[in-house]
Amino acid sequence: MRKKSRLVAAVLLLLGLHAAILLAGFVAPSDPAALNRDLPFVPPTRIHFVDSRGHLHLVPFIYQWKARPDSFNEYDEAHDKSYPVRFFIQGPEYRLAGVLRSHVHLFGADAPAQIFLAGTDAYGRDQFSRILYGGQISLAAGLLATGISLFLGLVVGCVSGFYGGWIDESAMRLVELFLVLPWLYFLLAVRSFLPLHISPAQTFFLLVTVIGTIGWARPARLVRGIVLSARSRKYVLASRGFGASDWYILRRHVLPHTYGILFTQAALLVPQYVVAEVTLSFLGLGLSEPAPSWGNLLANLQQYNVLVSYWWMFAPALALVIVSLGYLQMANTVHELQSGST
Amino acid sequence: MHRWSSVTTLVLACGYICFAASSPQSLQRGEDVQTTDNQIGHYGGTLIVAQRSEPKTLNPVTAADAPSREVIGRLTADLIHINRASQQTEPALARSWSISQDGKVFIVKLRHGLRFSDGQPFDADDVVFSFQVYLDEKVHSSQRDLLVVGGRPIEVQKIDQYTVRFTLAQPYAAAERIFDSLAMMPRHLLEKPYGQGRFSQVWTLTTPPSEMAGMGPFRVKEYVAGQKIVLERNPYYWKTDQHKNRLPYLDELAFLFVGNEDAQVIRFQAGETDIISRLGAENYALLSKDAASRGTQFFDLGPSLEYDFLVFNLNDLKKDTDNIAAKQAWFQDVKFRQAVSSAIDRDSIVRLVYAGHGAALWGNVSPSNKLWVDQTLPHPPRSLDRARELLKSEGFSWHADGALFDRQGKAVEFSIITSTSNAQRTKMATLVQDDLSKLGMNVHVVPLEFRAVLDRVFQTYDYEASIMALGGGDADPNPEMNVWLSSGGTHLWHLGEPKPATDWEAQIDQSMGKQMVQLKYKERKRLYDQVQETVAANVPFVFLATPNVLVGAKKTVGNFRPAVLDPNTLWNVEQLYFLPGNGTPAGGKP
Repeated sequence: MRKKSRLVAAVLLLLGLHAAILLAGFVAPSDPAALNRDLPFVPPTRIHFVDSRGHLHLVPFIYQWKARPDSFNEYDEAHDKSYPVRFFIQGPEYRLAGVLRSHVHLFGADAPAQIFLAGTDAYGRDQFSRILYGGQISLAAGLLATGISLFLGLVVGCVSGFYGGWIDESAMRLVELFLVLPWLYFLLAVRSFLPLHISPAQTFFLLVTVIGTIGWARPARLVRGIVLSARSRKYVLASRGFGASDWYILRRHVLPHTYGILFTQAALLVPQYVVAEVTLSFLGLGLSEPAPSWGNLLANLQQYNVLVSYWWMFAPALALVIVSLGYLQMANTVHELQSGST
Repeated sequence: MHRWSSVTTLVLACGYICFAASSPQSLQRGEDVQTTDNQIGHYGGTLIVAQRSEPKTLNPVTAADAPSREVIGRLTADLIHINRASQQTEPALARSWSISQDGKVFIVKLRHGLRFSDGQPFDADDVVFSFQVYLDEKVHSSQRDLLVVGGRPIEVQKIDQYTVRFTLAQPYAAAERIFDSLAMMPRHLLEKPYGQGRFSQVWTLTTPPSEMAGMGPFRVKEYVAGQKIVLERNPYYWKTDQHKNRLPYLDELAFLFVGNEDAQVIRFQAGETDIISRLGAENYALLSKDAASRGTQFFDLGPSLEYDFLVFNLNDLKKDTDNIAAKQAWFQDVKFRQAVSSAIDRDSIVRLVYAGHGAALWGNVSPSNKLWVDQTLPHPPRSLDRARELLKSEGFSWHADGALFDRQGKAVEFSIITSTSNAQRTKMATLVQDDLSKLGMNVHVVPLEFRAVLDRVFQTYDYEASIMALGGGDADPNPEMNVWLSSGGTHLWHLGEPKPATDWEAQIDQSMGKQMVQLKYKERKRLYDQVQETVAANVPFVFLATPNVLVGAKKTVGNFRPAVLDPNTLWNVEQLYFLPGNGTPAGGKP
């Protein structure tokens, strides 16, 4: 039962995270591209329940950050005015999931105060909002690339496992080649062949394609194994005896066995591909400014002074860790449950 | 006992020999040394400095990159030197010089009795030989252009062992400044390879130190590829302090190759290096915070001579793969460029990119260049309204969603390329992108590798706009000739013009040409002011800002006097010494 509850916990965590990211426009209090030129590298806004006079408030509130005069990027809270945290507040316009227009945000504060849950970057942009919007890119890239990999792996695995012979031999040699490739360098090499200034949308689809076509090898091998064992089962032979076509046998008898493997592979590949996209963007080869992605948010840390002085810039790494943990926990538990039950 | 004493003697002898190899030679009779006026220091110590990238060569004639020049500058000396602190010329290897009435003939008298770092004498033969090499077209020295005045190379003639005559084709303003950083080379070592046509290949980093010699304060001791180059004291160096101590004070000067600015900062913070220069503003703030506890001190020397700008591609395109020609219709419109300039928030750039350690610019001359900056140049504040008016007057219009369209109905969209190795310029580009989005322009920032940027801007012209920086060499306008002359090599917005493409460029050509031969400062200033005004009105470069010169050093470095001109911290390296303990240098004013 503990396994089940761990699975439920992982799934709920992931669902929550994905929902927040999908509804980034609603959950994020600010526009990710809005510069606050007077507030570069502001630390995360502190949420208070007790004010400076010691009174307890039921509704949390915040103070504005004021720059310390004659210093660089150092701030103090301005205790002169407190701003209560409001929920379902009107804010900058956004498109929910790219479709619905809306002004309503989950939380925020009255102007001119802003809530920076994860501080701001060099241009004063709200990091929390950027992490959510960036998550859309990074997660979508991971999920789509996983889809591509699994689809390719499934097709190749099925065909080579089912038909055997020279098809199988050549497919498996190809699989070995792809398994051996150092994926990072391959990614860099492919990326360098692509045109340099392409639109963010094009970059995104190219990224997804490139990442997806690298990792199909392992799922292909695993699927092939399943298909090999499945096709020699008695009921498959019986089916053939009754005149079933290859396609029918594949669809009806073989494929269902692969679902378990495909699911665990998916759960393993998604975080791997998210990290691949993050790596490319971190190195400046993925999505470029001003579109946020966890990779180019983390790229700020390549500067020594940012790494050392502004700890909140690590926040996208935390998001990455949560995603990876969630998926891996899910994959682990499902695998254990499956092998337990088989 | 016997063995002990003979071993000790041997050890002491070795020590003496090792030490003697690079300890300063006593002054000889008839040696015409230059006496410096610095605080008296004492001998000893190794100064360690980190460089961002490795030098490519030690050949003074062919070196073009900054790290090479930084090392070579410590190994060599010139005839007439520009004092980096006062920005005026002063005698160096030349003890005096005279100029003829018509400004065309220089008679230079050399110091007597000087020797190269290998002990060989220095005289007029070396000077004539050095200029022969610089002027030789087959050697391809980047400094050759500086020696071509009025279309003809400078003529060099030996008068006697210590006198040389230079003849110019036409009078040249501030001609003595040409001699700065032209290293005098040893004829006895280099005449043969030059005769064999091998000059460009000599004096690489791996050349054995015994085959090299120079008149600078240091000579090469050892080079470890990928790690460091160590220089040792030149025992025959021709400068002494007021107590007749032969300079330099330092035993050794080591350059470590660390890769990038962040690595320089980390090393300095760890105490592994003694001096750091060309600091970015954030790193300056980071390092200054704990300066007191680490025994370091930092200086903000005010605006540098460099200018950062946004340039639009107005070149004649070779092959237009990305349809840049259509966009050039916008770029070539002066009102478009003026609108862009009007919309840019320069104060934000100074605040966010340079952390306040910078100055906004509307022209090419930095405010710190008091002799040459045009004080009457207007500094219009940022105005989006004015920008919109300018665009409207040229037929641009806006759609309901705010996007800008030209009179043909094409959306205004372009990209700005910057170098990935320069985080500050990329930051500037992002701020400019945001500023221009308020005008409805769709701007993309494309960071590219440094050499790729240079390639596109100088060779292929395959770019739309770029943010770059120029300047910083000297306060005098003459080194800027290459930028403003329509035929110049850094006339970036329109390279390779056979003749000036516009009237105002022709005007600039005339004014720059006239100021180059004008010997009176007042008249030169008037001409150069005209150039600055024409440039500011026609905006071939949208000037953005200039960074302040930020440097730092350990408190134990004595006589540390950083200057705005390059090399900011090592220009007086022969005067630097290590103070005992953790003392602050008394009297060493920055």
